[in-house]
Amino acid sequence: MESTARDFNDNVDHALADPNLQDSLSKLKVGFSERRRQAAERLPEFEALRDRARDIKNHALANLDFYLEEFERKVLALGGHVHWAPTAADARRIIGELCQSMGARTVAKSKSMVAEEIALNEHLEEIGIAPIETDLGEYIIQLRHEPPSHIIAPAVHLTKDQVADTFLEHHAKLGFTKRLTERSDLVAEARHVLRQKFLDADVGLTGANFLVAETGSSMLVTNEGNADLSNTLPRMHIVLASIEKVIPTLEDAAVLLRVLARSATGQESSSYTTLNTGPKRPGDLDGPEHYHVVILDNGRSAVLGTEMQDILRCIRCGACMNHCPVYGAIGGHAYGWVYPGPLGAVLTPQLIGVEEAGNLPNASTFCGRCESVCPVRIPLPKLMRHWREREFERHLTPMAVRQGLALWSFVARRPALYRRLTGLANRVLALFGRAEGRYRALPLAGGWTRFRDLPAPQAGGTFHAQWKKRRP
Amino acid sequence: MSATSTTARAQILNGIRRSLRRGEITGAEREAVEARLARPPLGPAVARARLAQPEKVALFCQWAETNNATVARVAAPDVAAEVVSFLARNNLPARAAMAPSPLLAGYDWGSQKMLSLRQGRGEASDQVSITGAFAGIAETGTLVMASGPDHPVTLNLLPDTHIVVIRESDIVGGYEEVWVRLRERYGKDCMPRTVNTITGPSRTGDIEQAMELGAHGPRRMHIVVVRE
Repeated sequence: MESTARDFNDNVDHALADPNLQDSLSKLKVGFSERRRQAAERLPEFEALRDRARDIKNHALANLDFYLEEFERKVLALGGHVHWAPTAADARRIIGELCQSMGARTVAKSKSMVAEEIALNEHLEEIGIAPIETDLGEYIIQLRHEPPSHIIAPAVHLTKDQVADTFLEHHAKLGFTKRLTERSDLVAEARHVLRQKFLDADVGLTGANFLVAETGSSMLVTNEGNADLSNTLPRMHIVLASIEKVIPTLEDAAVLLRVLARSATGQESSSYTTLNTGPKRPGDLDGPEHYHVVILDNGRSAVLGTEMQDILRCIRCGACMNHCPVYGAIGGHAYGWVYPGPLGAVLTPQLIGVEEAGNLPNASTFCGRCESVCPVRIPLPKLMRHWREREFERHLTPMAVRQGLALWSFVARRPALYRRLTGLANRVLALFGRAEGRYRALPLAGGWTRFRDLPAPQAGGTFHAQWKKRRP
Repeated sequence: MSATSTTARAQILNGIRRSLRRGEITGAEREAVEARLARPPLGPAVARARLAQPEKVALFCQWAETNNATVARVAAPDVAAEVVSFLARNNLPARAAMAPSPLLAGYDWGSQKMLSLRQGRGEASDQVSITGAFAGIAETGTLVMASGPDHPVTLNLLPDTHIVVIRESDIVGGYEEVWVRLRERYGKDCMPRTVNTITGPSRTGDIEQAMELGAHGPRRMHIVVVRE
């Protein structure tokens, strides 16, 4: 996927001015995040499970080569194939060749963020193969030629009415000429249209939530059942997964499953959790004859052993973005690439470069909600701070910001000067009036007050002055 | 394996080892990870997965219903009659595709003259399927389906309505007990092609985060729990 992360500030302006987007985002707070809270409260062991989930992923990462080889050995023993792709281009080529070996015209795809990451659809189209997104959200945005705006709800930025218009535009030629107004009717129409595509597809492509080394299984967690149709009806099943998806055993999977669905949608369990292990067996009445796993690195192995390693624990539940005030204000598209929210702010600079995406880690208030809900306890604010430091070290920060910070640090290291200047600022700000408690506009502070009010200093002087007075 | 793929494999594995500042895992460290694979440690115990059998069955039914399935608890001789009655209650045709499973065949289908059954895999035209289940998980009201000649995966997915017949003794507390049963039945190194764990009917929250049933898989799931 082409990145627009460099244009983050412009993307944000557009997002804030988009009424449909703002309408959709207003539902996030009462949707996923409230349901997550309730699900966590219903399971007394939830916090202990989060600790264990963190430990399992850390153990898997510390022994990643061993578990990947073990996984490969099991897949081969059961008649499957494993392909290793160091880069996105390698993965595209491998998958393209596999599809061509089947003479494929269409590929039924189940939502995969890694496939978005390697821009698989564009590649398949170039070689004359039609990728068909079958997850409802992905299908909607494929029709609209838009990228996903959320890792588990790719069309969360759209309203029902926008979906209705899109379906009318694209399904009219299939005989669906009535504009629908009910969600259930929209779901039913998509089900009908996509069912035939499943039956016709030559190849099914899915991602994986986990790869289980013990059994050589890929594990998929979905609600719709589209991943299962994708891995059962076509003659070939291709699994595309990145290296950090491997975990040791089924017992480890049980721990991770208990935190995954609850963190993502607040469900006790997703509707479908599926283990796929190799191709159709003798005597089986259905299932693919060919089973291939493509294991992608794409820069991840270089993150191991660095201060950023914790991000590789991520199990892609989306809780960090559901709880992020910045994501909640601007949505996913503004982040400009595949992974939005706090996860994207940490991962995107890693995968496509800090020069391109250095702005993303700045889009944080450091409120810490992302870390407080992360099922594998990734210290997301700390990792964003690392990126800010690297951006600053590499002189990628804008000149005005650098000079401002230099000035502030000069003053802050001189307590007497600091107190004098803040006291002065307090008195000057008072001249603009503090009756309302906030300023809608201030000279020299237009950059701030254009989007929000500046809180007025309280009567009684600076914090320092008040602190001095109150101390016994 | 072609030359390119061997190189790619080495490139990734060596990259991982370089980053972790070590070579291939050997000696005592290798024995430790191998032992962990051979005897998987259990995660924190979940209290609701550790109940006596009758409470497990009750919890299974409760969560299955919370997750939008319907549940009927009947004795073995009444299974076929319950299936016919469910179809009638929901204005569904008395016609179904049934898994070719010996366990299912043991119920008294012959008593239901109106019911027409076809054994085999699921087809696009099927409206109703009937399958067994390898296990039920009380913790979340989840059914576990292991694929094989007696249980085609398509029956779990293609029809609008999925009827599942499960014996009380196949309902366990948590996921870990299912893994133990799978290893016992199939051997540690030979999982079935597909293990579907299914919790209620298919659903999607992709339009405005509101859950709608019947996205791609069955819209309706009816679970017949067989009393023993």
